[in-house]
Amino acid sequence: MAMAPAAPSRLRHFRSLELTLGLFLTGIMVLPVLFSGFLFPDGGESMDLMARLLPPLQSPAHLLGTDPLGRDVLARVVVGGKISLMVGVLSVLGAVTLGTFIGLIAGYYRGIAEILLMRFADIQLALPFILVAIMFIAVLGTGVDKVIFFMIIAQWVQYARVVRGSVLALREREFVQSARAIGVGNGRIILTHILPNVLGPIVILMTLNVGTNILLESSLTFIGLGVDPLIPSWGGMLADGRTYLQTAWWVSVFPGLAIMFTVLGLNLLGDWLRDYLDPTGQTSR
Amino acid sequence: MNSAPIAKPAGSEAAGSLLSVRSLSVEFGSFRAVNEVSFDVQPGKTLAIVGESGSGKSVTSLAIMRLTDYTGGRIAGGEILFRPSSGEPLDLVKASDDRLRQIRGNEIAMIFQEPMTSLNPVFTIGNQIAETLILHEGLSSRDARLRAKELLQKVRLPDADRLLDRYPHQLSGGMRQRVMIAMALACRPKLLIADEPTTALDVTIQAQILNIIRDLQQEMGTAVIFITHDMGVVAEMADDVVVMWKGNKVEEAPVREIFAAPKHPYTRALLSAVPRLGSLKGEPLPKRTPVTVMDGGEPKLVGETRVQDTANYAKPILEVEKLTTRFDVGKTFLGRVTHRVHAVEEVSFQIYPGETLALVGESGSGKSTIGRTLQQLIEPTSGMVRFEGRDMNAMSHGERRRLRQQIQYIFQDPFASLDPRHTVGYSIAEPIVVHGLIKDRKAIDRRVQELLEQVGLRPEHAKRYPHEFSGGQRQRVCIARALASDPKLIIADESVSALDVSIQAQIVNLLMELQEKRGLSYLFITHDMAVVEKISHRVAVMYLGQIVEIGTRQAVFENPQHSYTRKLLSAVPIADPQRERAKMRIEGEIPSPVRPVGQEPAIHRMQEIEPGHWVALEADAIRGAA
Repeated sequence: MAMAPAAPSRLRHFRSLELTLGLFLTGIMVLPVLFSGFLFPDGGESMDLMARLLPPLQSPAHLLGTDPLGRDVLARVVVGGKISLMVGVLSVLGAVTLGTFIGLIAGYYRGIAEILLMRFADIQLALPFILVAIMFIAVLGTGVDKVIFFMIIAQWVQYARVVRGSVLALREREFVQSARAIGVGNGRIILTHILPNVLGPIVILMTLNVGTNILLESSLTFIGLGVDPLIPSWGGMLADGRTYLQTAWWVSVFPGLAIMFTVLGLNLLGDWLRDYLDPTGQTSR
Repeated sequence: MNSAPIAKPAGSEAAGSLLSVRSLSVEFGSFRAVNEVSFDVQPGKTLAIVGESGSGKSVTSLAIMRLTDYTGGRIAGGEILFRPSSGEPLDLVKASDDRLRQIRGNEIAMIFQEPMTSLNPVFTIGNQIAETLILHEGLSSRDARLRAKELLQKVRLPDADRLLDRYPHQLSGGMRQRVMIAMALACRPKLLIADEPTTALDVTIQAQILNIIRDLQQEMGTAVIFITHDMGVVAEMADDVVVMWKGNKVEEAPVREIFAAPKHPYTRALLSAVPRLGSLKGEPLPKRTPVTVMDGGEPKLVGETRVQDTANYAKPILEVEKLTTRFDVGKTFLGRVTHRVHAVEEVSFQIYPGETLALVGESGSGKSTIGRTLQQLIEPTSGMVRFEGRDMNAMSHGERRRLRQQIQYIFQDPFASLDPRHTVGYSIAEPIVVHGLIKDRKAIDRRVQELLEQVGLRPEHAKRYPHEFSGGQRQRVCIARALASDPKLIIADESVSALDVSIQAQIVNLLMELQEKRGLSYLFITHDMAVVEKISHRVAVMYLGQIVEIGTRQAVFENPQHSYTRKLLSAVPIADPQRERAKMRIEGEIPSPVRPVGQEPAIHRMQEIEPGHWVALEADAIRGAA
C-alpha cells in the first residue's frame, strides 16, 4: 500500500538524538585534543617519580591519576589523542578516497579494468597483514606518515569491494539508464547519480574503521613498527598500562574510554550523516 | 461522505453467506487503511473488490486471512464471520492463532500477484504442493505426490510428471501462477482470495488463467474474492462487485448493475476512464476524449474532444530497416557462445512527424529491445536506422550524442527512473544542462517551471524529491524531463501501464495534447491493446522478434489478418458484463526467443493486403501462434 508520506523536511534531522549525542561525544574528545598545546604545554612528559601510580581523584594536580613514571594520565590522554585521531581519521579518509575511486571505476566500466583491479584486491586480501607491515616498514622506516600510508594501502580494498558491489547494482537501475538515454556522459553519471547513492554504506564503514585504526596504530607501535613509542598515543598507553591492569586500572582504562567515546561519537554522527544524505529518509529504521 | 453501513437485521441475508464482513476497520499506526467496510460472499459465487492503488482493497483481503497482523496492521473494529465446512460460524477477528492456522490454506486459500516471490525458490514444485497436503490433509508423501500431479493436470499444465521435479525459476510466469492456483486449491478450500492474480501476466496468458479459475470454481463450488483494478477482468469474472475508494466501500451491486447504472460518482469516474476495446470503431484517427476526475469528492470533466489529426505523411522522421538485435547467453567453459536471444529479427518500419506508432506484443516479443536500440542503450547486431534521413551508423560520436537530445525515452516505472537523491527540478534540468541548451542558471530554472506547468504540475514542485509524489505525478515529471531537451521523437516504453486507470487516461490525454502542440512523434511500446486503440495512428504487432502485422489502427483493429493479432485482440478482457463470457479458448505458452547458435529463425515475408496494411504470411510457420 502506497501511503502518502508526510513531506519530510531536512530540518527534522537536526533535532535527532543521534546528532546531539554524536556531536557531544565527539566534541568532548576532539576539542581538548585540538587545544592540547595550550592546556598541557609540557606535552604530558613531565615526570614526578614521587607521585607514581597515584589513583584518580587523589590529587587536584592529577585528576585521573598518574602512570608508573608519575606522568599525569589526563594530560597524556589529551596529548595522546593527537596522534591517535590523526592516524585514525587520515588513514580512513585516504583509504575511502582510493577505495571509492577504484570501486567506481571497476564497477562502472567493468571489463578488463575490473578484472585487474579486483583480482589485485583479492591477492592483497590473501597476504597476511603483519607480514606486509613488516616488509613495508623495513623498506620505508617508521613514522606517523608511514603508518598512515601503510594503513591506506592495507585498507582501500574493503571500500573498493563495497563500492563496486553497490555500483554493479546501481548501473542497471532505471534512473541510471534514463540518465544515459538523456545523453548524460559517463563521468557525470558516476559523479551525480552513482556516487551519492553509494555514500550510505561507505559512511557507516568509515566511522567504524576510525576506531579500528586507532587500535591498529597501537598494535603496530607495540611490535615496534609504528610511531615512536615515546610519543604518547591512546593505543600506546593502552599497551603500557596492560602490565598494571590489576594494581592500577586507571592507567589503561582512561585511554580505553577515550577511544570508546570517540568511536561511539563518530558512529552516531555516521548514522546521522547517512540519514541526512538520503532524502527519502527510508534507511533510518 | 459515504453513508455508514446499513445495519442488516441479524440472520436475514447473512444466514446463507459463507463470509460476512461487518464494519471492518484496519489501521496502520494512525493511518486508517480500511474504514467500516461490510460485504458478504455467497458460497460458490465470485465477489470482485475493485479500486485503485491506496483504496484499501488488498488490505481488506489480507485482513480476512488475518495476515495484517504480520504487516504491522491492526484490526481496529468489526467482525469477519466465516462459516467453516464443519462447526459453527466463527469470527476470524477473535479466532485464536491455532484456529486460524487450521483455516488458512485449508478453508480459505490465497493467490498473490507475483507468483515468483510466493514460491520458495529452493524447493521443487512437487515438494511445495505436497507440503500443504501433508500438513492439512495428513497424506503420506507418496499420496501427496500423486495428488499434486492431479492438481497440476487440473490447472492444465502439460507434462505434470516432469513439472513436479522442476524448480520455480524454470517455469514461466503463467506456469508459476497456475502452480500457485494448484497449491491454493489443494485442500478444496471454501473460499479463494485472488489478489491481482493476472496483473503481472501477458494478456493471452491472463485469459487462460481466468478461464482456469472460472472452470475450477464451477467444478469445486469454491467462492472467490477477486481483488483487481481491471474493470475488464471484473466484467469477465464477477457476480457481485464492491467498489472501494480511499478505504471506504462506496458501492456494492451485482456486476451488471455496476456497469449499467453506477450510482456513486467515483464508480462513474472509474468506469469513464476505462479504455474499452472497440470504442473507436469506424474512426480513422485517434481521438482525445474528456476524462472524469474526482476533485475533492466531486466528479469533474477534464479535457476536450479532439480528433488527433497531427500526422504528416510527407517524409518519415525515423526509418528502421532490417534491424536485428541479438544477445549472447550461455557460454561454454572456453567462452564459446552456445545460445543467443533473438530479440529483434530484421524489423523494418517508419515513423512520421506528428504520428504515434504503437508497437504491441507480449513479453519476449522484442518490442522494448527496439526502443532501447533506437535510444542507443543497446547496440544493434545489424540493420540500419535513419533519423531525418541520416544513417545512424555513419554518424560521428557528437552527432550520436545530439540524437539523444532529439529522441527521448520514457520508462515504465517513473519512480525507478528518477534518481531518488536529486530533486525533480534537478532531474528535469539535467537534459538542458547536459546538452548545453540554455546556459544561464536562472533561465534554466524558469524553463523547468514552465515544463512543470505544461505537464500539469506546479512550479514549486521543482524543489521536491521523487518520493514525495504520487505515481501519476511522477510520470508527469518524467514526461517533463523528456520534453526538456525539445525532442522530436519520444519513445514511451509501457509508460502508462503501471498507472491506475483514471491517471492513465489523464496521462494519455496529456501525451496527445503535447503531440498536437509540439508536433511530436511517439513510438508507443505497450501490451495494452485498449490504450493502443485510443492513442495510435498506426499499429505494429510483434511476435517473437518480428513484426507480423502493421497498418493503420483502423485496419489492424477492425480487419485483423494475422492469427496472432486476432488472438491478442480476443484475449483482452472487455469491460462489459453483457458480453458472452465463453470465448475462444487460448492455449499455449509464449515460445522462448532463445535459440542455439546456428539455428536462425525463419524471416517472414510480408504481404500488402490493402494500402499500408502489411501482414506476415502465415505459411512461413509461425510456431505456436495458431
